[in-house]
Amino acid sequence: MSFLHYWRAMSGIVGRELWRFVTQRERFISALVRPLVWLFVFAAGFRAALGLAISPPYETYILYEVYITPGLCGMIQLFNGMQSSLSMVYDREMGSMRTLLVCPLQRWFLLLSKLLAGTAVSVLQVYVFLAIASLYDIHVPLKGYWMVLPALLLSGLMLGALGLLLSSFIKQLENFAGVMNFVIFPMFFMSTALYPLWKIKESSALLYNLAQYNPFSQAVELTRFALYGQFNLHACLYTLGSFIVCMTIAIIGYNPSKGMMMKKKGGESSNS
Amino acid sequence: MSEPSALAIEGLSFSYGNHNALDDINFNIQAGECTLLLGPNGAGKSTLFSLITHLYDTRQGHIQLCGFDIKQQSRLALAKLGVVFQQTTLDMDLTVDQNLRYHTALHGMSRKLATERIQQELERLNMFDRRFEKVRQLNGGHKRRVEIARALLHKPSLLLLDEPTVGLDVPSRQNIVDYVHRLAAEEKIAVLWASHLMDEIHANDHLIVLHKGKIKANGTVDEVLKQTGVTTINEAFSRLTQGQAA
Repeated sequence: MSFLHYWRAMSGIVGRELWRFVTQRERFISALVRPLVWLFVFAAGFRAALGLAISPPYETYILYEVYITPGLCGMIQLFNGMQSSLSMVYDREMGSMRTLLVCPLQRWFLLLSKLLAGTAVSVLQVYVFLAIASLYDIHVPLKGYWMVLPALLLSGLMLGALGLLLSSFIKQLENFAGVMNFVIFPMFFMSTALYPLWKIKESSALLYNLAQYNPFSQAVELTRFALYGQFNLHACLYTLGSFIVCMTIAIIGYNPSKGMMMKKKGGESSNS
Repeated sequence: MSEPSALAIEGLSFSYGNHNALDDINFNIQAGECTLLLGPNGAGKSTLFSLITHLYDTRQGHIQLCGFDIKQQSRLALAKLGVVFQQTTLDMDLTVDQNLRYHTALHGMSRKLATERIQQELERLNMFDRRFEKVRQLNGGHKRRVEIARALLHKPSLLLLDEPTVGLDVPSRQNIVDYVHRLAAEEKIAVLWASHLMDEIHANDHLIVLHKGKIKANGTVDEVLKQTGVTTINEAFSRLTQGQAA
């Protein structure tokens, strides 16, 4: 198997996902509506209630809308990662996942390609969101727009890998509601997406610890600093580490000899 | 040195917990041979297909595709395999051409080679003129044709079909049955076809009857009839599976 084979396969998987996304107008719009509602409605309402002190990377007092923007970028990627995972479970139930798994490439490579495809879609969504936010007077330094790209790639990969990991353990599509309740919402609310850590510490030490060690918080902070042209090493290493852990478990989960595929007989076939 | 079998299965057993799904399966399929795998629901057909396609790992026994062990040399083995699954696995929102190009990308084909192969396979199935239509617009029989074309794009040595004619009308079904038999005869592709429809069997086919995870019969149509001492395949099947419907 040559390098060209891998390249063509990865291009095929990523290209297909991007094509599907841009041609499915409803999916494109609905992916943007959620963070925009948070920005225009929730953040506007909270502006008066929440006072924010100056803290890095901000050098001056900021509006709550400005604070929440990196968190909403993370929200887009979190939901996108979970949607990719949902589509993997759906594909597996419908059987189309098999087409991918029977091609002559290593499974880890196929999963990584799927992950990159999902991440590419989420990065595209974030840039469209940032463009709309700039029309709402939420500006970041110009260099922040390109410096945020590697941060978005890493956080997208980490959240996508988390989705992959979950999809390798979810037996049926119906179980996905549980993921919403037990993974997405706790991850989002127990993070620095909506409020800074010091603010959380004021109300609960436990919540503070949970938010601090939540990988989603670190992904949001990585994005926040990058948007203002700064590099947050701690957040980067934490996000990278979380990505490696999630991806490794997901690969094991999809391994035919060690993973969960064996236990998913019910979802795969009806006439064993 | 003789060519290795397109598919060689030796001492294959598989269980889900305490339930024995497959018990000591042994058979070979040679190039150009069309083998029908018959068995009632729960016989172990899908488990066998999952093992051949490496969705599950073999724990006991061996599966070789053209001499490559599916567990030890899975990529080389899978490169020899074309599969048509029971459920449609095409992307409904993409065109026929886009679906096929996705498959050629997964098999590392160049754009030029992909274009040639897509044209070749679609023309053989009279679907070339419809290559830019979305799959959603095709009827069940045409979707199946596209899936067969897709499975053949990388020139596999073994074609695996998991009840591909389920839900199709009689003419569409006949069309596919005849086409696959022609493929085996003319292109020397080995075919393993899981089916529960006796009229899909041709006189010179090879039959494997699977029941409760065990092979109950393995031979040509004549050999199976002789073994069971009856005159029709329906009766033979009924006898071998103690009257269970296929």
